[in-house]
Amino acid sequence: MASEKAEMDSLKKECDGLRTQIEAARKAVNDGSMSSAAGSATDVGRVQLKLRKSLKGHLAKIYSMHWATDSRSMVSASQDGKLLVWDTFSGNKMVAVPLKSAWVMSVAFAPSGNLVASGGLDNMCTVYNIKSASPKTLRELDAHTGYLACCRFLSDTEILTASGDTTCCLWDLETGKQKIIFTNHIGDCMSLALSQDERTFVSGACDSLAKLWDLREGTCKQTFSGHTSDINAINFFPSGNAFITGSDDCSCKMYDLRSDQEVIGYQDTSLNAGVTSLALSNSGRLIFAGYDDFNCHIWDSMKGEKVGVLSGHDNRVSCTGVPGDGMGVCTGSWDSFLKLWN
Amino acid sequence: MTINTMAKGGWHRDQMSCFRKMEKVIVAMQDPDMGMKMRNQRLLITVIPHAMTGRDIIDWLMKKYNICEEEALHLSGKLVRYGYIYPLKEPRSLVLRPDESPYRFQTPYFWTSTRWPASELDYAIYLAKKNIRKQGELMEYEKERYSVLHKRINHTWDFVVMQAREQLRASKQRRKADRIVLECQEQAYWLINRPPPGARNVLDMGLERPNNTARVTVNSEYYKNEIETCKRALGRNRVKSSICLEGFVKYSEQYQNHDPIMQGCLPSNPWISDDSAHWTMNLETVPTPTRLRVERWSFSFMELLNDEMGRREFMTYLEKEFSGENLCFWQACEDIKHGESSRIVEKVEEIYRNFLAPGAPRWVNIDSKTMDKTLSGIRHPHRFVMEDAQMHIYFLMKKDSFPRYLKSDLYKNMLARAIVPQETKKSVFPFMRRQRHSSPSPAQVATQATEEGGNAKGAGQAGTNSAAGSNV
Repeated sequence: MASEKAEMDSLKKECDGLRTQIEAARKAVNDGSMSSAAGSATDVGRVQLKLRKSLKGHLAKIYSMHWATDSRSMVSASQDGKLLVWDTFSGNKMVAVPLKSAWVMSVAFAPSGNLVASGGLDNMCTVYNIKSASPKTLRELDAHTGYLACCRFLSDTEILTASGDTTCCLWDLETGKQKIIFTNHIGDCMSLALSQDERTFVSGACDSLAKLWDLREGTCKQTFSGHTSDINAINFFPSGNAFITGSDDCSCKMYDLRSDQEVIGYQDTSLNAGVTSLALSNSGRLIFAGYDDFNCHIWDSMKGEKVGVLSGHDNRVSCTGVPGDGMGVCTGSWDSFLKLWN
Repeated sequence: MTINTMAKGGWHRDQMSCFRKMEKVIVAMQDPDMGMKMRNQRLLITVIPHAMTGRDIIDWLMKKYNICEEEALHLSGKLVRYGYIYPLKEPRSLVLRPDESPYRFQTPYFWTSTRWPASELDYAIYLAKKNIRKQGELMEYEKERYSVLHKRINHTWDFVVMQAREQLRASKQRRKADRIVLECQEQAYWLINRPPPGARNVLDMGLERPNNTARVTVNSEYYKNEIETCKRALGRNRVKSSICLEGFVKYSEQYQNHDPIMQGCLPSNPWISDDSAHWTMNLETVPTPTRLRVERWSFSFMELLNDEMGRREFMTYLEKEFSGENLCFWQACEDIKHGESSRIVEKVEEIYRNFLAPGAPRWVNIDSKTMDKTLSGIRHPHRFVMEDAQMHIYFLMKKDSFPRYLKSDLYKNMLARAIVPQETKKSVFPFMRRQRHSSPSPAQVATQATEEGGNAKGAGQAGTNSAAGSNV
């Protein structure tokens, strides 16, 4: 026993040593701050978005929503046990998918528009074909040992999932089997975001770390720390060189992939509610972050200032999303409504 | 998505900070000078002091915060739903009626933020009191809960009954009016904290996140993996912050005109004008693309390749230069990467025949090292077997053909021909609906946004039309 402990201690020491070296390397390249870089950027001023549409149809808390690539359809999941596919332009519900398990936590639209996926406390990710006459279950991906917190399609043949069992997983939809399992987090994985070139993805977890993974090799390439509580939301900056995280510690942070560190934090002493979700406008300048205080606050990503707020929900904002064409932002809430703003 | 979390140390962070804001409003409403005018309300034969009508509340809110009636209704509705104001008539209906219906402020003792989460013990005592006071006064669901509690905290049941009796005795000694008020307050509190089945539980904090520290065993194996990961991470190339940050600022500036939320969009934003012209003009294939779209092709090579029309234009250019096979090859490799597994082998063979074999009809120029690696890889084809070759050709096009394309007449003509849509004239509809908008927080001294004329035809009407295909 003693020799085992001694071995573990020496390994831990080596590990800590390496981490210190990484920190030093990061410091070495840290030769500028975001505020100085953004000094010349034009001010955004106060951003006031108007409520354009309110989508009513769910009967219980909405937990997740995702835009389709046509920027017009959108799928939302609620704990009333249904997925609804909306045509946001007309406000009509196009498809309703009844779920086997009502405890859904995440939903995703495939880039092709043919498939949607959902999962939650059933530990499974179920993929449905919504183009058939009535929604058909295509696959039930069942191998996680924890709840499904987030899922994202790469194509009609591959899907990525993040689970409460601390792993993320890449699945082959043709066989229904796991292709690669990404293990490194020591807390529940809460969310993930795919890079545009689909070669990497980032994940945020309850161990307050964000990690960058290589989709091909299955390895963790970079780890980013800084948050002091669970990371609930994560999204890439549109240039692909950075990502933004939102956490239960009431702050959002931007991490840069190339300099390998946090570059700016978005927090405000008057905001003491956790961040549940976030989305960025097409230029990356505006961050829409949904909070537990029923609002969605708007941040200027470059200057780090709060520039607006979307109030109107009667309960926690659980999901936010900006469609591919950037026309506006959609917020979904525990009050069972989805609202479109711009 | 969040599940509630108990941070280490068991400290339950108050996530409902909106309570503080509601309390500020409540306190202002009760201000002796500027607050609401209280009246006496007659409830059957008893007179309840310090009550107010729903109408009074709305009017006061509208005046104090300079908001419209709709917003005042919404805000006051929230105050009722979260238990800061309770109705005297129909206590179970937690809505604010803007008429003569009487309401009262909840005592701070029972404020949601002070006594949260409500304890099982207190609920048991409350139900016991109700039961003792008048046998059979408990509602069905209350009876069920009562018996469940009886089982669960049976060991303290004597205490529960004793407390209930004690509180009932104390209340008998109060004046009738006070007693009724106290009963109402208590009832209101429990309607919120233990809502009847079917009523929405506004205090629902969601599912508890299970304790996760036990999930991953931190042992030697874990550290060995960590060390590997750290070694790899240490070796990576890091770029100076200043360069990266400048890159972000430049990116957001470059795309600002292409960001409809920030700059609006022409001819109009479909969500606002209910006119889908913008989408029609920007379909994958249109006779003439918009100017913004063609501009974006010059921002980066990926922008060009991701746009089907841009790719076609680029292909035309490459064919003029007799290097079209590069783009064909790139597209064929993409097809393998994202296509069905069953067809990988046949697609790889086709690529070899067309692009890589000696004397191939569309032979691509790859350096010998990459070619060797690819050829040996082809013997065991898989989804990414063409990766290196594809990257090589990609960079070839990006560094050579792409910049020349941007300088070419083909591109310049396209840019000149491209449409700059006319802004849709704002027409005045016969039925003008006032746009709903979130007015700036009263706490902030912000200028009110000016109302735009009647463009909001769709704003309130979208919603529950079920489409033909809906299975709801």
